[in-house]
Amino acid sequence: MNPTVVALAIISIIVATGSFVGLYAGTRHKMDLEQWIVGDRGFGMLLVWLLTAGEIYTTFTFLGASGWAYSKGGPVLYILAYQPLMNVVAFFILPQVWEVGRKYRLQTQADFFQVRYNNKFLSAFVALVGIAFIIPYLQLQLTGLGMIVEVASYGAIHRTPAMILAFMIVAAFVLTSGIRGVAWVSVLKDLLLLFSAVFIGVAIPYIYFGGIGKMFAALVRSKPAHLVMPGATANLGHSWYISTVLLVSVGFYMWPQFFGASFSAKSSDTLRRNAVVMPFYSITMPLMFFVGLAATLILPGLPNGDLSMLTMVRKTFPAWFLGLIGGAGALTAMVPAGVMILTAATLFAKNMCRTILFPRMTDQQVTKLAKISVLVITIAALRSAIYSSTTLVYLLLVGYGGVGQFFPGVVLGLYSKRVSMLGVFAGMVAGVSIFIPLMVTKHDPIVGLNAGFIALCCNFTVVAAVSLLRPAGPGGFDEPLQSNVPV
Amino acid sequence: MHRPSTGAILFALIPFVAICFSVTLWDRIYPMVLGLPFNFFWLIAWLLLTPLCMWCAYRLEATRASDAHRPDSSGP
Repeated sequence: MNPTVVALAIISIIVATGSFVGLYAGTRHKMDLEQWIVGDRGFGMLLVWLLTAGEIYTTFTFLGASGWAYSKGGPVLYILAYQPLMNVVAFFILPQVWEVGRKYRLQTQADFFQVRYNNKFLSAFVALVGIAFIIPYLQLQLTGLGMIVEVASYGAIHRTPAMILAFMIVAAFVLTSGIRGVAWVSVLKDLLLLFSAVFIGVAIPYIYFGGIGKMFAALVRSKPAHLVMPGATANLGHSWYISTVLLVSVGFYMWPQFFGASFSAKSSDTLRRNAVVMPFYSITMPLMFFVGLAATLILPGLPNGDLSMLTMVRKTFPAWFLGLIGGAGALTAMVPAGVMILTAATLFAKNMCRTILFPRMTDQQVTKLAKISVLVITIAALRSAIYSSTTLVYLLLVGYGGVGQFFPGVVLGLYSKRVSMLGVFAGMVAGVSIFIPLMVTKHDPIVGLNAGFIALCCNFTVVAAVSLLRPAGPGGFDEPLQSNVPV
Repeated sequence: MHRPSTGAILFALIPFVAICFSVTLWDRIYPMVLGLPFNFFWLIAWLLLTPLCMWCAYRLEATRASDAHRPDSSGP
């Protein structure tokens, strides 16, 4: 049988099963705003674990990690460092965020800022920055999905129609099932991803070298410098490693979609235990590195490192297996994309439109506007993915540097009584306006440090200085709710 | 908000020191362990050791929380 047909059939079966699960998950629940965005705060440990894993291990895991191991070498180890450390940070932040979320019925990250600092412009600014940085992350998922389907179908499906079709499916299950749909699609996605990562990570070194140890022995003989930092790069050395790992560890859970996912947990203890066990899932990451490293010896000179894993699989395994990887890869893009679209749409409808423009909107009207925004955001991300050609890692680092600027406002908001609204607002504006020009003019890394990290340090300094000069009035989470803006 | 205990913070600092700040000490190929270059082996080992540290932090926090109110026992 024609390998293209076999691969395509398998991809379609997997994507169709995923879509069915996603659409079915919401049918037994009445979809008001609370159910749609935070699943009625009823998810147990297993569903929270799957949802978090579903959002963290995205297309970037699948393609970007092997791509960096292939094209950069040693610096790829930063991924293995931030993944356990961000969960160490999450252990101290997410359970606290959940407690506040239940007390004040928060649904989004901007709600958190609204209640803590009681200023509608700050909360709308948080929503705006959140949406602005979700779009490149969504674009990353789309581009990755397009690549996966194109390679896995032996070029039979061009990436543009693949992206359009997949995102129409995502929009459909987000609209019908909200976060519950996304969580259940993750079940299928995680099983497939775990199976394929373990299988190809072990099999590829074994087939070409006789084992992982023998592969490394060959690498040590031919390219020892590729295995340590800065690897094949000029400026990704140890200071870059430390600053990037610190930025991403504190910044990762600042993605607005993780606030929504945290609120969906049944208790703060669920989140605390989830943070303890989460690093185990990262054991799949080194396996992706192994595939990328094997490709440096087997397939040198690929124009796009992001394609190294798929090209290795296509070269090594039969068509049905390539189809399996293609299907798993497509779901890996669709699951996190679903949560991102859901979050951006809610931020827009609730925290920008209602907070600033139409304070009299009812919850039903907010829900309706959010559902219309799902389509608008999906189309915006599709447009930018079709007409742009940046690499996956670049898009990801733009996002981390941006959302990392929320960290001072969140952590000081939870643990400090002295931090003031003005300080947090000024710090965030300073951080974002230092970060964006550095990124746009390609000054990242700068003086050997991650640009987002430098912006975050400035952000903290401004928050501290302004809060000391203009101390905070009464407020914070221990005070009764005094806001007159509906949350 | 109630602040985390000093003990829990100390347990959390262990992975930060081992994985992040000490990079110049372990970012090397030799000695190779289990067929892996030392830096790969070190970070993979800490994927397993980080949950252990955080489990200790969790025990400390859970004991403290149960003094205030009973922690829920919703399981997977």
